[in-house]
Amino acid sequence: MDPYDSQGSTSRRRTSNLKDYFVGATPLQKRLESIRRQSSFFPSPPRRKIPQGTELQEEIDPQKVGFLLHKQWTVYSLTPLYKFSYTNFKEYSRLLSAFIAAEKQKGLAVQVGEDFNIKVIFSNLVGVRGTQRDPEAFLVQILSKSQSSREHREGRVLWTGWFCCVFGESLLETVSEDFTCLPLFLANGAESNTSLIGGWFQKTFDCCFSPLAISAFHLSWMAAMWTACEMDHYMATTEFFWSVPCSPQSLDISYAIHPEDAKALWDSVHKTPGEVTQEEVDLFMDCLYSHFHRHFRIHLSATRLVRVSTSVASAHTDGKIKILCHKYLIGVLAYMTELAIFKTE
Amino acid sequence: MLSGAPLRLAWRHRDLLEYRDQRGTYEAFVHNLGLLLFWQSLNVYTVMATPRNTRRSQLRSRISQGSDSYQTNLLAWKVKAEPGNSKCVLKDSSAVEDSTHADDQAEDDLRIAVEYFQRGPRKASLNKEKILEKRLKTLENVAWKNGLAPETIDILLNVALSGKFGNAINTRILKCMIPETLISEDSVVKAVSWLCVGKCSGNIKVLFYRWLVAMFDFIDRKKQISLLYGFFFASLQDDALCPYVCHLLYLLTKKENVKPFRVRKLLDLQVKMGMQPHLQALLSLYKFFAPTLISVSLPVRRKIYFNNSKNLWASALIAVKQRNQGAFPEPPKLILGPSKGRSLKRKWSSHSVIPALNSANIECRGKKHLSDFLRSEISLPIEQLQSFPQLLQNIHCLELPSQMISVLNSSLLLHYINCVSDEAILLRLSYWLSQTLQEECIWYNINNYEQEKEFTNFLDIVIRVQCFLQEGFYSCEAFLYKSLPLWDGFSCRSQFLQLLTWIPFISFSEVKPLFFDHLAPLFFTSTIYFKCSVLQSLTELLQNWLLWLSMDDHVQPVTSSPLETTLGGSMDSVFQLIDYVGWLSVIAIRLESNSTLLLHFILDFYEKVVYKSQIYDSHFIGLYRNNLTAAKKNNLLKKEKSEFSLSSKICQEFNYYLTVMVHCLWMSTPFEKGVYIDPQILENTEVTEYRNSLNLVHHPSLLSYAACFLLQYGSHYANSLISQVKKCNKILKNSSMHHNGSISELEFLVNDAFSTLFADTCMKSSNTIKGLYLALKKNEIMEFGGKQKELEKCYTE
Repeated sequence: MDPYDSQGSTSRRRTSNLKDYFVGATPLQKRLESIRRQSSFFPSPPRRKIPQGTELQEEIDPQKVGFLLHKQWTVYSLTPLYKFSYTNFKEYSRLLSAFIAAEKQKGLAVQVGEDFNIKVIFSNLVGVRGTQRDPEAFLVQILSKSQSSREHREGRVLWTGWFCCVFGESLLETVSEDFTCLPLFLANGAESNTSLIGGWFQKTFDCCFSPLAISAFHLSWMAAMWTACEMDHYMATTEFFWSVPCSPQSLDISYAIHPEDAKALWDSVHKTPGEVTQEEVDLFMDCLYSHFHRHFRIHLSATRLVRVSTSVASAHTDGKIKILCHKYLIGVLAYMTELAIFKTE
Repeated sequence: MLSGAPLRLAWRHRDLLEYRDQRGTYEAFVHNLGLLLFWQSLNVYTVMATPRNTRRSQLRSRISQGSDSYQTNLLAWKVKAEPGNSKCVLKDSSAVEDSTHADDQAEDDLRIAVEYFQRGPRKASLNKEKILEKRLKTLENVAWKNGLAPETIDILLNVALSGKFGNAINTRILKCMIPETLISEDSVVKAVSWLCVGKCSGNIKVLFYRWLVAMFDFIDRKKQISLLYGFFFASLQDDALCPYVCHLLYLLTKKENVKPFRVRKLLDLQVKMGMQPHLQALLSLYKFFAPTLISVSLPVRRKIYFNNSKNLWASALIAVKQRNQGAFPEPPKLILGPSKGRSLKRKWSSHSVIPALNSANIECRGKKHLSDFLRSEISLPIEQLQSFPQLLQNIHCLELPSQMISVLNSSLLLHYINCVSDEAILLRLSYWLSQTLQEECIWYNINNYEQEKEFTNFLDIVIRVQCFLQEGFYSCEAFLYKSLPLWDGFSCRSQFLQLLTWIPFISFSEVKPLFFDHLAPLFFTSTIYFKCSVLQSLTELLQNWLLWLSMDDHVQPVTSSPLETTLGGSMDSVFQLIDYVGWLSVIAIRLESNSTLLLHFILDFYEKVVYKSQIYDSHFIGLYRNNLTAAKKNNLLKKEKSEFSLSSKICQEFNYYLTVMVHCLWMSTPFEKGVYIDPQILENTEVTEYRNSLNLVHHPSLLSYAACFLLQYGSHYANSLISQVKKCNKILKNSSMHHNGSISELEFLVNDAFSTLFADTCMKSSNTIKGLYLALKKNEIMEFGGKQKELEKCYTE
């Protein structure tokens, strides 16, 4: 007799797991495989596409885009939301506003659906995605209802946050139907509000936020990719910030270049059309370093890159980004999504 | 009644002993012993009879309830009087009689007192006050000492709440309502009905509610009381009653009691009265049951929500509990706490503190399905889950936590996790773990002692859970792959290496570049202790892999698999791991110049390998037995081979080892077959008779085994080889006197002794062997060992 028959269900369960394991059928397995695949590419793939606009981008409501551009967003990575539904926005608004009201006045109970002096709005961000497979992005706004001036029906925006997934295929494959995958979360407003609302999402959808710091390595990539973008007109200078760790206060070095000069430099190092490679990024940065060294005798490569700002967008190592150019919104988000996915896995 | 009998018995016994002391005669003692036995039998009868009678009387009281409670009551008293009949037997012991008398007297007094109160105050009576006071005293004494029977409480509650007497008297009566063991639900329902009549004052009502809260656990059933929920809820209007009614409602409220109109009512009260702790507590309970209706966040600092109603009866309650002896376990109650508590105080995004268990609220999560509705009716919130049997009963209808990862802190729910097959649950765990491990990992972040401690604790929890589940989390595996290249080999070392032991089974060629290629440089460049711990972890990893495979070894290989894994393939992976550890070990031995500690861990690993191969690799064993003779007859294997479906390579390899082993162990010709070593090198070792001396059998490390074996069995056969012993002793003496005595002589001696012992299958006296062993150890082992080392070098080169 097979000695393992007597072990009953445990044994059987593991058996099925093993089968799944070999076939790689379940989301959990797919996920693990993708992690193994990724780990061998550590820390990041050697080439990426230069951001381009997508057709989907044209669906975006221009008024909503107005919310998203020219604002500083703190970025977070977010694990998939469990049992989230796009059809329940009204209910979520009610619950979240009651939750915020109750938290703000500690100890005082409030009725869900009651009229508070704040208003929570959930709304879709149509078109903010890379492909049709990406789940739709959505926006959460907290408005204050000022009692004094009733004519301002809109109210003042206290806090804004949005959830999106742009070209998140690698994560999507590994997610089962109960989950909604929006790995990138961006918030603008008081940190206390972010924590309150984030806490509510964590409890309600069993997800997990974590601040998405951007390493110097990725900042260099951003600098290269954003410089490579074709612009009709440049809105801001290309600027880099390096931080020199020294006591008592750290020293910051700012390095501003005319955007057209930066583009010219990029064009000189760029070879593969439509793509950016790791060598090109390294070369681009090395050129900047040697130029700086020639003038100031400072080896920037020994310091830490903390901020990059271009006409397309700017990013800080603390995980703050500002998107300036409508055309490359999706491109910027795609890269941020990639970083967020890498973090959540 | 029931507790009265043994008490009385104890009395008798004591009296009897005193009696014996007075008389001092044996005869009297025997006589009284007889009496004692008789008494005992009587009491046994009493004990047996009483419960039946009581039950009957209770039954009757239930049948005749409401019509004539007086009659019922008398019946109950009669039962009590019964055992008193037997007291006439003990006439010669006056002390005994007194005590019985006193006992019965007290019961009689109580009966009279209860009857007195039941009749109500008499108008025309001379010393009315005095009698009343006396009756009250009686009642108080009995109540506080032994508690009151359910019937008595039933009667007196009626008296106290019907307003027959004045407020002061009613208060005193109410305070005496201490049950002997329990209170009947009917009494409470009747008492509540008196509250509606309006005969009792506000203070009495307050006291009644306080009593109800204090005695809540001793009420035998709560079904009818639950039906009065609406009545109690309406009493919240009364400002004086409100705190106590809140407490009572807090004990009574069930999910079905939470209705929108009640929520509104409570919120109105909150507006009227402000933030009252008792109201907050009730509101938070409402929120627990219906988070879609109400939201509240309790202040962090507050600990006490209700004035303790139990203070009045504190000592009595303990006594009642003791009498009950856990027969009425307290129903599970929710522990009130701030809804989020500490985690909110912390920076919200750090998760090292695993979230508290909170039931998921189904209504919050997307569309409601019919099944959700059906389930929510009977589902058990996990906050109320407290015991394993409860888990078993409700396993089909558990309301799972809103944040699945909170199960890490709940040993009960881990049982549940262990047997669910719901992939979503595992995914939820996995997402959270991955993110948190990476977020909290200290070697990604700036070093911070506090944070390191937190992370270590967190890892410890995860490891404990993995050990409990006997399974590694995929998130931990991924974490290892991602973080190992950045690991300094120092921080959280023990945790990290423990995580390594739970890497789920995976083909070795896959895991090697992800993991082992990063581990190897750390291994070679770190201290010997690190090496030892890595080896230990790898030993455990091997064990876990084999365990994992053994669970599945009847699985048919899936040919279409992308990994091209078959069971044979899985075993290949295990062999590759063993080979890899072998490779690590060889280099480590050289690096650490044969450290004994390291050898110990390496041997430990191989011990496991051998042991496990015996258990798991039955083919191997079968081959071994069948081929033993074949091997001895020098490669007659061809015939045998056809019976086994193993590759010829494995067979050849196996037979090679077998031949070597046979030559070494049986034929004592280690260098003739198999292991070939240049004779010149062997000559250079300057060991005479190297064939014998350098044989594996004579390796010094085996000596302890031999000695151990002999010590264990030697004494039985001590006398059989006395002459041999004498001879040995003589040479031994010589050799220890002359330190330069030749090795070979001693070796010869040992060999000779050993072979004799084995040949005769009996052993030398243990002392001799001990002596031999010590002599060898002292004089020669060093030298012998040195030569062995040289030889090993030859092997490896």
